[in-house]
Amino acid sequence: MNRYWVQRIGFALLGLVALIVVLPILLVVGTIVVRGVGAIDWEFLTGMPRDGMKAGGIFPAIVGTLVLTLGTALAAIPVGVGGAIYLSEYARDTWLTRAIRLAIINLAGIPSVVYGLFGLGLFVLFLQLGTSILAGSLTLAIMTLPIIISAAEEALRAVPTEFRTVSASLGGTRWQGIRHIVLPQALPGIITGVILGLLRAAGETAPILFTVAAFFLPRLPRSPLDQTMALPYHLYVISTQVPHMPVGIQYGTALVLLMLVLSMNVVATVIRGYYRRRREW
Amino acid sequence: MTAKISIQSVSYAYDGKPALRDVTLDVPPNAVTVLFGPAGGGKTTLLRLINRLNDLVEGTQMSGRILLDGQDIYAPGIDVTSLRRQVGMVFALPLPLPGTVRENVLYGPKLADVRDRVRQDEILLRSLTRAALWDEVKDRLDEPASELSGGQQQRLCIARSLALEPEVLLLDEPTSGLDPISTGKVEESLFGLKQDCTIVIVPHSVQQAARVSDYAAFFLMGELVEHQPGDEIFTTPRDQRTDDYVTGRFG
Amino acid sequence: MASMLTEMETLTESRPRWTEFIIETLIRVVGFSSVGFLVLVFLFLMREGVPIFFEVQPGNLFGTRWYPTFDLFGTLPLLLGSILVTVLAMVIALPLGVSTAVFVREVAPGWAREILKPMVEVLAGIPSVVLGFFGMTLVAPVVRETLGAPTGLTAFTGALILAYMALPTIISVAEDALDAVPKSYRDAGLAMGATQWQTIWLVVVPAARSGIVTAMMLGMGRAIGETMAVMMVTGNAARLPFSLDSIFRPVRTMTATVAAEMGEVAQGGVHYHALFGIGIMLFLLTFVINLAAASTIFRKRRRGGLR
Repeated sequence: MNRYWVQRIGFALLGLVALIVVLPILLVVGTIVVRGVGAIDWEFLTGMPRDGMKAGGIFPAIVGTLVLTLGTALAAIPVGVGGAIYLSEYARDTWLTRAIRLAIINLAGIPSVVYGLFGLGLFVLFLQLGTSILAGSLTLAIMTLPIIISAAEEALRAVPTEFRTVSASLGGTRWQGIRHIVLPQALPGIITGVILGLLRAAGETAPILFTVAAFFLPRLPRSPLDQTMALPYHLYVISTQVPHMPVGIQYGTALVLLMLVLSMNVVATVIRGYYRRRREW
Repeated sequence: MTAKISIQSVSYAYDGKPALRDVTLDVPPNAVTVLFGPAGGGKTTLLRLINRLNDLVEGTQMSGRILLDGQDIYAPGIDVTSLRRQVGMVFALPLPLPGTVRENVLYGPKLADVRDRVRQDEILLRSLTRAALWDEVKDRLDEPASELSGGQQQRLCIARSLALEPEVLLLDEPTSGLDPISTGKVEESLFGLKQDCTIVIVPHSVQQAARVSDYAAFFLMGELVEHQPGDEIFTTPRDQRTDDYVTGRFG
Repeated sequence: MASMLTEMETLTESRPRWTEFIIETLIRVVGFSSVGFLVLVFLFLMREGVPIFFEVQPGNLFGTRWYPTFDLFGTLPLLLGSILVTVLAMVIALPLGVSTAVFVREVAPGWAREILKPMVEVLAGIPSVVLGFFGMTLVAPVVRETLGAPTGLTAFTGALILAYMALPTIISVAEDALDAVPKSYRDAGLAMGATQWQTIWLVVVPAARSGIVTAMMLGMGRAIGETMAVMMVTGNAARLPFSLDSIFRPVRTMTATVAAEMGEVAQGGVHYHALFGIGIMLFLLTFVINLAAASTIFRKRRRGGLR
């Protein structure tokens, strides 16, 4: 039958397309692992860079990325979760609410380099924070905000309305219902969303280019107003700006960054899967 | 005998569509008053007006007054959460909150700042006993409420409302999802409850209405048709429509 | 027995609910802040970017040569560079993405789905600098060898990498669009004697049309805004990409320009303002694209239907 042969070929083609999509992903991860793992040793991970970055470790960059991620979390989580609670529990369907949602969608689509410019203009210059961890974290935080708000709102909306009704019928105020029932139930989803947002912040280069990143800074940051190295920026520089950079170190750095981000991804997925099974509704 | 709840000329509409038309009804204290009638009659709506749960719904219009112990519950300055502690509600489906049996029952009291452990245990025992559930769960207080059977969960919800020692208990088709044995247990508990409590219940069948009512009110399409003592309305209704419904000519 | 109420309060005397009020106000403020941030971003871009319109002639600004050291700020090559790379990327990514979404949603057996979905999530998580690095060290040389070109850092290479970066967005939005098509559509197609293949392409995909268009717009927005990967892979030559073989020559995008040159400029100088001006262009471009995508979503939701 002609039609069924068309279907079989068609399905096979689709499978081929899926393969074309998947194989390069494996290729990227695989190549970086294979070529980078050789450079990973204790000194690489915990030591300071030497010889103009061509030898030694990348410890300051790792610490810098972790510190920036922490700063982003501190700034973005309260505002993000708060915003999500507002949208899910308090907002009515008015033009203002629609404007807010539109703003969030647009914030999510702004190019990362534009965030870098914004961070430069507002935090580094106008507020005179200088290129600092503070400026960088705040910039990354605003970039991460829409991701957290969207994920948190979805998690809150997934909690059945009945719980809120029951809480009200037992003399609970809206906030008491949120605090004691809705929020705890939505927490796994919120945490997953937060982790996914933070892993994006950890991997971004452009927002930190002008706001915090330093290249050769072989010491740990001393204060929030200090500059710092960071893994994404480090990888960029050593692969494009430094002549005679050993390839092993380049792949090693890429591997460390990749592993950091992928492990956060795995954690988020595991949390999501575990709590989805244990749900009480 | 003064009414516990006095509903005076209440009309209510959702987005212009009327749900209640000029309802006037006095609910006597310490008795079971049944609101019955075909679906869409406004019974659940009226129930939700008494504990102001319909405040959470937008786009509604209301006129008339509802008095609790002589006080207008819609007057400005009334604290809605206090009202809801005085007027408890049980819903048609068992809706246990996430958590253990203990956490479910004590949810309301904890929100009302009852922190003393001894007092909490007293409340636990008393509410679960009044709901005819104590014997079945006394060894399972710290297990998840979701592991109880449907009938047990519904009685848990009753206990949960009772924990606040309300003066009025509103029940909206509380046995509609339950098996006959559980239904019987719930109905039986009502007899004990009404000594301390005024009960307003929407039954899920006319037979249940006849079984439990001290007073009964028949609702048809938002209108209160008649309101009589229980033993009269089902045997000698004064309105033809009531008679038709009770004898099953429509439903 | 009196209710719990009378131990603590009467019906009219409410406990001071200041904490509740404070919390509610705080949450409302935070809720509005997202609009505030969007406006803030725009404001600060304008603050540092608007001066360029007074410092440089429009002829220069929209001219064809970008050589800041010679006071030439023609943004045309950059704009066209971005557009070229983005369009190429979409040409690659859209068929790949929609086909994958169709495969995952309609055709793939369970085990294939369990592999594909995490893989796409992994792809979504790979930092752009890592993909740029990979593109630079592995893909570009391959492109160079296969094409016999002088360099592998070309618009085409950039488009390749960009396509893969946009794939997760396109796949997930397209998947949602396919999900939204009611089962009854598929059942109707099959009941009329069509094969599953025919039903997919003649019934389901057309029904999901607007969602797929949204997927493309969002993917495009992602591609235009991408910085690091294109910077490392497109060769960064600000030439006008007018001939067909420009695809296989180096090109420069707006994003790469800003990222590469901002480190070297004097603050407050003309070059500095010019870069912010490019930032404004990027902001407006993605704003318009996202607005279009959002309005499609909103319109669809309000109508409740599928077109």
